[in-house]
Amino acid sequence: MKIDKNTIQKIAHLSRLEFDAQGEQKMIDSMTQILDWVEKLDELDTEGIEPLTTMSSEVNVLRADEVKPPLPHDKGLKNAPQKDSDYFRVPKVLE
Amino acid sequence: MEALISFEKTQEEIKSGRIDCVGIVKHYLNNIQTKASLNAFVEVYEEEALTRAALIDQKIKAGSAGKLAGMVIGIKDVLCYEGHEVNAASKILSGFESQFTATAVQRLIDEDAIIIGRLNCDEFAMGSSNENSYHGKVLNDADHERVPGGSSGGSAVAVQADLCLVSLGTDTGGSVRQPAAFCGVVGLKPTYSRISRYGLIAYASSFDTIGIFSKNIADNALVLEVMAGADEYDSTVSQKPVPSYSTLLALKKKTKVAYIKETMDSPALQPEIKVAMQEKINALRSAGHEVEEVTFPYLDYVLPTYYILTTAEASANLSRFDGVKYGYRSAQTANLESMYKKSRGEGFSEEVKRRIMVGTFVLSASYYDAYFTKAQKVRRLIKEKTEDLLSTYDFLILPTTPTTAFKFGEHSGDPVAMYLEDLYTVQASVSGIPAISIPIGHDKKGLPIGMQIMANAFKEADIYAFAAAVSNLK
Repeated sequence: MKIDKNTIQKIAHLSRLEFDAQGEQKMIDSMTQILDWVEKLDELDTEGIEPLTTMSSEVNVLRADEVKPPLPHDKGLKNAPQKDSDYFRVPKVLE
Repeated sequence: MEALISFEKTQEEIKSGRIDCVGIVKHYLNNIQTKASLNAFVEVYEEEALTRAALIDQKIKAGSAGKLAGMVIGIKDVLCYEGHEVNAASKILSGFESQFTATAVQRLIDEDAIIIGRLNCDEFAMGSSNENSYHGKVLNDADHERVPGGSSGGSAVAVQADLCLVSLGTDTGGSVRQPAAFCGVVGLKPTYSRISRYGLIAYASSFDTIGIFSKNIADNALVLEVMAGADEYDSTVSQKPVPSYSTLLALKKKTKVAYIKETMDSPALQPEIKVAMQEKINALRSAGHEVEEVTFPYLDYVLPTYYILTTAEASANLSRFDGVKYGYRSAQTANLESMYKKSRGEGFSEEVKRRIMVGTFVLSASYYDAYFTKAQKVRRLIKEKTEDLLSTYDFLILPTTPTTAFKFGEHSGDPVAMYLEDLYTVQASVSGIPAISIPIGHDKKGLPIGMQIMANAFKEADIYAFAAAVSNLK
């Protein structure tokens, strides 16, 4: 699968990532190489095989619905890059 | 110190009064300082470990100490420990301090283990050489020009270089077993879901396991027995009872073993590793075990399957690192969208971004079926074929790695060449089964060689007993 500039930019946006021109070319080259390599799976006939979607054999393990102390406010805000006394701060969303 | 080659020895020395926990911690702190250039530890909890050691010495005197009293453990920089920094070796988590403790770590502490520090690794556990870390590379103590393997390189070197007795790593596709082989120590990847993943920074959730590095089988078994089992904070963790692995180390019968033809015939396999494997196979036969050759036709498909599924899961798991609630935020942000993109663009390394991009691609609407669903189907084929082999044989044995430790920079230009390092380890990861790497000799350059043993899900006790028997073969 040959990845083009357009696809890289679309995928980068979906991933919320940004590349400069040089980084973009490197990503085009390595992603093309990786996708060519993983396409080896096309050699296998998987007609009628169910996809394996979970690895745990546990089903609906739930704990009792008891009220317990949540993460305290100050601890939750502790690692924030920008905050005020009650909230995480981000750049303005609405003009 | 000769006395600290195993936990059993350590306990004897404590009991006899020749050493105490404070003395043990000082011994390791001294080694850590002397061997600081290996760059295995990212942070050493010096004061804290000494304080805890003194406390545990009192508990030992009072007869109230837990079963890991005197065991000094290092933890990989992806495990949360309340009040301590954890970075996943990434700039994007620089300065992050855990608000809670991983279940696995908490259970060690509850049994009076001493956590001495956190250990270097590849960023977000993505890598096979520990060259991809925000904290810098880790040196293999067998040869300082060579990589320790990855992603849990610091954890492997810490045990290899006697910087702690046991360490925790994580294994998603070989990240405990491959560095264990490169560093000449024992490394276990348990069955998927055997140990709670609560407090483990996720890479690929249907593959991630917490694994154990040790100098010997018995220490490994004891630590697994303490950490494994049900946990109300992880709904995927197995509810199965946990055997007392450390008391089940004797092999009770002659076993039926298979080695995989394709792994031995691979042109990528270093001849000295093949010879070491053949010697073990012969020794097993001489000791009365049945060893047969089997074929596993999917060997060439395990890595592509692994990369499609793990990158997909990583792209979802790593979406939480957005510069809003914790971690790194770029200073160059004009609006919310550029804040996300610049924080992630500047905070993740190239390899992590590559995996997020590949993962987003294989999950995108136009390619989902062709790549992601296809890989999930092949995963079933690989798992079923592996289980089929293990219904006939007790164990599958294979080399842990195609080569011994390689030099720094040897694979850094070519991502696929680096991915091929995991050729022999991903089968167990894709299948969710347990596997261990044990040292079985050295190549001509004196570099350690590892052999891998796989068994059916939840057969860790059998793996340990067999691994102990293999280690003792002449």
